[in-house]
Amino acid sequence: MTTFITSVISGLGTGAVYGLLAVSFVIIFRATGVLNFAQPGLLIIGVFFCSYFAVTQGLPFYVSVVLAMLVAALVGIVSERVAIRPMVGRPVFAAALVTVGLFTILLIVAFRLFDSAARTINDPWQLEQVCLLASDTGCAIPVYHNTIARFVISMVVLGLLGWWLSRSRIGLAMRATSLDQEAALAQGIDVGRVFSLSWAIGGALAALAGILLAANGSVVQATDALFALVALPALILGGIDSLKGAVVGGLLIGLISSITSTYQPIYAPWLGPNFENVVPYLVMILVLLIRPYGLYGTKEVQRV
Amino acid sequence: MTLAVHNLEVVYEDVMLALRGASLSVAPDSIVAVLGANGAGKTTLLRAMTGLLDIHRGRITRGYVSLDDAKIDTRKAAGVVASGVSQVMEGRRVFTEFTVEENLRVGAHTQAGSGLKDKYDRIYGMFPILAQRKAERAGYLSGGEQQMLAIGRAMMSEPSYLLLDEPSLGLAPKIVEQIRDLIVDINKAGTGVLLIEQNAAMALSIADHGYVMENGLTVMDAPAATLRGDSDIQEFYLGGAGEKRSLREVKHYKRRKRWLS
Ligand SMILES: Nc1ncnc2c1ncn2[C@@H]1O[C@H](COP(=O)(O)OP(=O)(O)OP(=O)(O)O)[C@@H](O)[C@H]1O
Ligand SMILES: [Mg+2]
Repeated sequence: MTTFITSVISGLGTGAVYGLLAVSFVIIFRATGVLNFAQPGLLIIGVFFCSYFAVTQGLPFYVSVVLAMLVAALVGIVSERVAIRPMVGRPVFAAALVTVGLFTILLIVAFRLFDSAARTINDPWQLEQVCLLASDTGCAIPVYHNTIARFVISMVVLGLLGWWLSRSRIGLAMRATSLDQEAALAQGIDVGRVFSLSWAIGGALAALAGILLAANGSVVQATDALFALVALPALILGGIDSLKGAVVGGLLIGLISSITSTYQPIYAPWLGPNFENVVPYLVMILVLLIRPYGLYGTKEVQRV
Repeated sequence: MTLAVHNLEVVYEDVMLALRGASLSVAPDSIVAVLGANGAGKTTLLRAMTGLLDIHRGRITRGYVSLDDAKIDTRKAAGVVASGVSQVMEGRRVFTEFTVEENLRVGAHTQAGSGLKDKYDRIYGMFPILAQRKAERAGYLSGGEQQMLAIGRAMMSEPSYLLLDEPSLGLAPKIVEQIRDLIVDINKAGTGVLLIEQNAAMALSIADHGYVMENGLTVMDAPAATLRGDSDIQEFYLGGAGEKRSLREVKHYKRRKRWLS
């Protein structure tokens, strides 16, 4: 039982970050109708700059995080303006392909920046633990500080974002744009600015997610960008156009892979090592077969 | 002090000529009707006046749109709204997932926050039914209520000109009458109205002046009273009460009759 609880807690930590990542996709998707495959690139750029500010420049960790998010937001804005805006009015499919190209470019930039060296981000959590429940032999339910940080920071940021989107004038304009772009224009909403803003938010969230995933005392390198792809199963599970779905999908995928990594080696060792990395995609395929629009998505997702 | 269109030519996708020379003007205290069959270019005219051609891959190739003495066809949609020209799009286009009040709030987007409460109250005064249903999702409103919401939303920016694209479309005669009276009220309160309609009877009953569009051209323009008495207009547009009839349909009908006899 304590093993199970430990596994669930750790799953909630990573799941919250997956939720953050999935939301970063959804924000951009809802505004522009484009599934942005460049998100892993924005994530790794964010992680690199966090390392640069915190380690190379020696700035305080939290300041470095905010600065790194700002850099990723800026890279997002520029990418959208240069590569995606000219695609407005063309098939969504074409714009999605452009984001794949963008991903490649950002990844190359990341490789240059990282200079093939592994880096750290100097996070305050490292591998420290608290003990939730003591036992005779030591600790029955240990919890990593970074698990708590992942969960709390992700949930607070997502909560604030959701609140801002539903209450503020700009948030309302963003939602209006996602519902009916032309009608939003006709109300005097500057849709171009909404696009920029959504890419900025998407970039900043991806950076934060990357930083939280890297914040476990280990090193990061450019190839870690591909972590961002676990957001895809979470997205598909939740429904590609739903913020709530992205959060729920992220948490579920986090839980499922954590529980798999705890029990599969014991009960189904024949499935081989690292099976927990495959499970999210199995879930994704299953969802696509049974409920293609996900748990919370709208049935018809096709916009131009 | 007018909103005017000067000899406008519009092309979609660089090949499809939708307006071939449309001109009209709306004085600030008047109601001007634009009549025309399906595909005549009425909606295109409205898009050209409000910066909405871009997203339809259309552009103005000749002519211009002016507000008072300023050229406004180069402004983006947001700029047009900010300069006091609002529109009610064809098919209402309310945000169905938003509440009534959220829809109104989006209409005030260019007004950056201040005095939102007063603006709601003004609209609720005009449309009491919206006040009753302000917390409800717009998608649950009836067609007539959605049309009122679309008009209320456009009025939230306190425009000097209101452009309406077929507000009577798909509504019962009783509701059409209600909408018509509201347009008159809005005009009396000091907003110039451009009313695009296929329901010529409704439009001409309240308009001061009317234009007729055909194939992307404004082919006729006269005081509404004159148009009401015009025999062509009566045949093409005033045939059925509120029912869609286009010039082409009338021609078909005539041809078929000839074959039969
Ligand atoms: N986005 C577009 N791309 C290409 N052609 C278009 C586009 N929109 C309209 N057209 C064409 O332009 C012409 C004028 O269309 P428009 O919608 O302005 O007519 P309308 O008078 O508003 O018709 P209706 O009464 O049916 O609303 C039509 O031939 C139409 O097919
Ligand atoms: Mg039309």
